[in-house]
Amino acid sequence: MPLTTSTILICAGGACISSGETSVKEALQREIRKYGLEEVVRIVETGCMGACSLGPIMVVYPEGVFYQKLTPQAAEKIVQEHLLKGRIVQEYLYKMPTGEAVPEAMDKLPFFAKQVKIATRNVGYIDPGNIEEYIARDGYFALTKVLNEMTPDQVIEEVKRSGLRGRGGAGFPTGLKWELTRKAKGDRKYVVCNADEGDPGAFMDRSVLEGDPHTVLEAMAIAGYAIGAQQGYIYVRAEYPLAIERLQIAIAQAKEYGFLGQNILGSDFSFDIEIRIGAGAFVCGEETALIASIEGRRGQPRVKPPYPAQSGVWGCPTVINNVETLACVPPIIIKGADWFRSIGTPTSPGTKVFALAGKITNTGLVEVPMGITLRELLYEIGGGSSTGKKIKAVQTGGPSGGCIPSEYFDTPVDYESLQKLGAIMGSGGMIVMDEDDCMVDVAKFFLEFTVDESCGKCTPCREGTRQMLKILEKITSGEGTEEDLDELERLGTIIKDTSLCGLGQTAPNPVLSTLRYYRHEYEAHVKEKKCPALRCKALVRYVIDPSKCVGCTACARVCPVNAISGELRKVHSIDNDVCIRCGSCIEVCRFGAISKVSP
Amino acid sequence: MVDREAVAEMVRNIKKQALEERDMLINALHQIQNRFGNYIPVEAAKVVAEELNVAESKVYEVLTFYTMFSTKPRGKYVIRVCVNLPCHVTGGRQIVETLKEALGVDFDQTTKDGLFTLERTSCLGLCGVAPVVMVNDEYYGDLTPKKVKEIIESLRARGDAK
Amino acid sequence: MSKVKSIEDLMKIKEKALKDLQLRDTGKRGKITVAMGTCGIAAGAKETLRAIVEALAENNINDISVVQSGCMGLCEVEPTIEVRLEGQEPVVYGHVTPENAKRIVKLHILGNQIVSDLLVRKGEM
Repeated sequence: MPLTTSTILICAGGACISSGETSVKEALQREIRKYGLEEVVRIVETGCMGACSLGPIMVVYPEGVFYQKLTPQAAEKIVQEHLLKGRIVQEYLYKMPTGEAVPEAMDKLPFFAKQVKIATRNVGYIDPGNIEEYIARDGYFALTKVLNEMTPDQVIEEVKRSGLRGRGGAGFPTGLKWELTRKAKGDRKYVVCNADEGDPGAFMDRSVLEGDPHTVLEAMAIAGYAIGAQQGYIYVRAEYPLAIERLQIAIAQAKEYGFLGQNILGSDFSFDIEIRIGAGAFVCGEETALIASIEGRRGQPRVKPPYPAQSGVWGCPTVINNVETLACVPPIIIKGADWFRSIGTPTSPGTKVFALAGKITNTGLVEVPMGITLRELLYEIGGGSSTGKKIKAVQTGGPSGGCIPSEYFDTPVDYESLQKLGAIMGSGGMIVMDEDDCMVDVAKFFLEFTVDESCGKCTPCREGTRQMLKILEKITSGEGTEEDLDELERLGTIIKDTSLCGLGQTAPNPVLSTLRYYRHEYEAHVKEKKCPALRCKALVRYVIDPSKCVGCTACARVCPVNAISGELRKVHSIDNDVCIRCGSCIEVCRFGAISKVSP
Repeated sequence: MVDREAVAEMVRNIKKQALEERDMLINALHQIQNRFGNYIPVEAAKVVAEELNVAESKVYEVLTFYTMFSTKPRGKYVIRVCVNLPCHVTGGRQIVETLKEALGVDFDQTTKDGLFTLERTSCLGLCGVAPVVMVNDEYYGDLTPKKVKEIIESLRARGDAK
Repeated sequence: MSKVKSIEDLMKIKEKALKDLQLRDTGKRGKITVAMGTCGIAAGAKETLRAIVEALAENNINDISVVQSGCMGLCEVEPTIEVRLEGQEPVVYGHVTPENAKRIVKLHILGNQIVSDLLVRKGEM
């Protein structure tokens, strides 16, 4: 029994690591050694705690005090004051907008308190490198129950009854997918975990892989048992090296404890999992492209049917599930389908992990019951706009999705309601935009992504999206016409109907959805050569107000391209042919003399 | 010159871990790329084809399809900057400009001293701390133009040492 | 590590691991604070702390947290500890040597009886 009296859980998710977690941890370790506290203070690095905008983060137990925005200096102070003397360091507590400090942020803040954590139940609470901590929180009990008490058909029945739907975007009923694969003919079958999370704005799979890798392993073993497979692959994108490392450690541990390998838990079920790495291709998230990639080929999709359930990896029946979907399976087995159904909505039971990004105060991950309204998600939990300007729209579903304007924020978030609005749930990424974001620019951005990532196999996607992008570039550079808007719609519809795979079929969505709700912005671009959000460079000019300029030359000095001319104490002017619209001059002018205008 | 035997040995080791030989191709290419410092010489790719019993054209297909592989030598540090929407709306545009200016190169170009190659990348999944760059295996988030310059300076100071 | 072969094996691992995890959570039933100012340490507070944690473990008590604080100002009677249990007034004990610590755990924590010969102060400050 350890003598530890204090445990520090420090968030070591990808985002916090990028914000300097390592140096904070090292400072903690140094100070703890300095004061001889090694035996009584234990540091545990966990997966993502979800509150990315507050990172680096740590929670000190047993009091459960939440410290945020840490630096090595902060770490030193906390060791000296809190660990040594029991005095909470107010400076690094979470502060409400009123200024009030909240030590037990994890219990009190809506960001944490309103969450119902199923897929992310362990992320941020356990050391992902320690299988026993996973077991302490009921890890591998689902697999044991399945092997001891359930037949494969019973497992499938339970998953079907739960109503779990694919969390990767399509929302296909998971139980049905498993059933179809079980029924398919073939003596070799595979389970594949799609960990190629590529949607811009989505990072929930990353968090689960880094913070709770065992849940994926356990779920895959359960799936293998259900469908009759002996081999599983986890296909991880190469941009997630930490996830790959943690999975490798977890697989080794699971093998050591006998949860993977031959005759698991003394039964005659054997199952092995291997990792396959991607190499920078978004399209490999599409299941047939993923299969091609595993088989060592170009990640180009093929026509479906046949679906992977019939013919997948090496032509064998294969179940392909998303990380988050899999993470929901062990709790469903342990607590039952009825429990899962009691959360969420009748057609979309359970919870969903949303990744809040863009111009929102609380960027990060939240897991909430399906059916919550966008308003609650973005304002109560997300903390509203981070810029002080009104939230204009939220983009959901990544490059396959659409924009939802603020007028519709009372819509509940579930598969069907979002589809009606011309968007999709997708993987759950929510990118928040404010008045300074131009919707035409946003659509162009997504299309640039799709053009870049198109595999090139089918003409509608390869050529069609490129043509759409050209039109959008015309529009944002001030040369668009009304006919261009009609052409965008026409092209968009054709591409949706004729593309080979999901990437092409949904590529026009951001354009079509912004045309639907923000046609007036498009029209301003083409009719008046005006960008209402003052974003599109070609349509915006920077001007100096002669009545306010005092000739301090601050702007001229900071301009990276020497576009500003003027003598000391004389009114300055900006040459818009040279200006790159970087905004540095506006930032530095103390007299508010510079503004953006359009046209 | 490419040490063919060393590459062949690497591939044989990787094969031992695989169920099917062919499904280790991408894993193998990653390891080889790390060994040669951010790129895969065509010679090495040929060895891979031999060892895995796969047509050279197939290996070449894969090599040229995936954006993380390169047959051209790249800098010691490959700086991949995310150019997708979440980074874009949180100031990504400035980060891209700062990088280009500070390094003196455009996308897919390497600096004269062979230290840095600048590349675009799609979303890295760190949107909570956007804007973000990935330098080889390491990530830097919550970027500002100032931080970007500091990161480049510290990498320059590391220089050729590792 | 021998492989897990049955649900009983799994339960054993879970129970042991759960105890370790629970040490982290805020003590539901109460809290013992050990004064760790320089005077306390000089008087042996570190050994007291150790003894308390061991005694709790031996008696399978999982819902009491043990924390440190700075000097409570009672330097003449160091080592001092404060015992706060749910529904009771906080109590400060002095001269808490390792043996006395064990007595306090047995009599007060387990038996809800104040150890009068070690009592220094009762009630909120």
